[in-house]
Amino acid sequence: MTIRVKLFAAMRDLTGDEVVEVEVPDGATVGELRRALGAQIPLARSLLVRSGVAVNHDLVENDHALSAGDEVAVIPPVSGG
Amino acid sequence: MFRLTRDPIDFHALTDSVRDPHCGAVVLFLGTVRDLTGEQVTVFLDYEAYGPMAEKKLAEIEADVRRRWPVGEVAMVHRLGRLDVGDVSVAVAVSTPHRGEAFEAVRFAIDTLKELVPIWKKENAPDGTGEWVHQSAPASRERQRPENS
Repeated sequence: MTIRVKLFAAMRDLTGDEVVEVEVPDGATVGELRRALGAQIPLARSLLVRSGVAVNHDLVENDHALSAGDEVAVIPPVSGG
Repeated sequence: MFRLTRDPIDFHALTDSVRDPHCGAVVLFLGTVRDLTGEQVTVFLDYEAYGPMAEKKLAEIEADVRRRWPVGEVAMVHRLGRLDVGDVSVAVAVSTPHRGEAFEAVRFAIDTLKELVPIWKKENAPDGTGEWVHQSAPASRERQRPENS
């Protein structure tokens, strides 16, 4: 399945895109998505390991299983305030 | 009440909006753009948010505040876009019957906002370079590099 991943701040600047499409097996976990994303965008790897992954607006662990149609985003360390 | 906005924050109106006949205390916190972070001079900041998730997290913080303290009203506003030194980037106002609860609730709300809400700032230096702030451990950064808010 294809997962559309939203990118923000330095993660978007490193990649040059606000959304990247990542191909993963059906039922893939967030951990698998991270590996696929890292392979696709080597420049983003070091920030990716320090970032969270949000599915449908909540941070999830690496064992979380993805579904087609999930809203997925990489959340680099936040700095609001 | 919570809001993300690209407009200047009217913190007088925000403060008024939380006043309540049952509450004897109103506490307002403002975060403002600081010109120095350590040795680094900042000319302006850019703030961006993951809007739908930021609003969900702000709603959760508001619900938490209401659960933990006898709040009359709570209001949180974060500004996005370009902010110059001295501008107000975030405002949190809370009313409660007594002052101790209002101070505690505001402290909790701003600390939790800074920890959980997906908003990012980019520090822009006088030489035209800019850098997104992505420290991994906000708690320890707080000690090494005092934050603006």
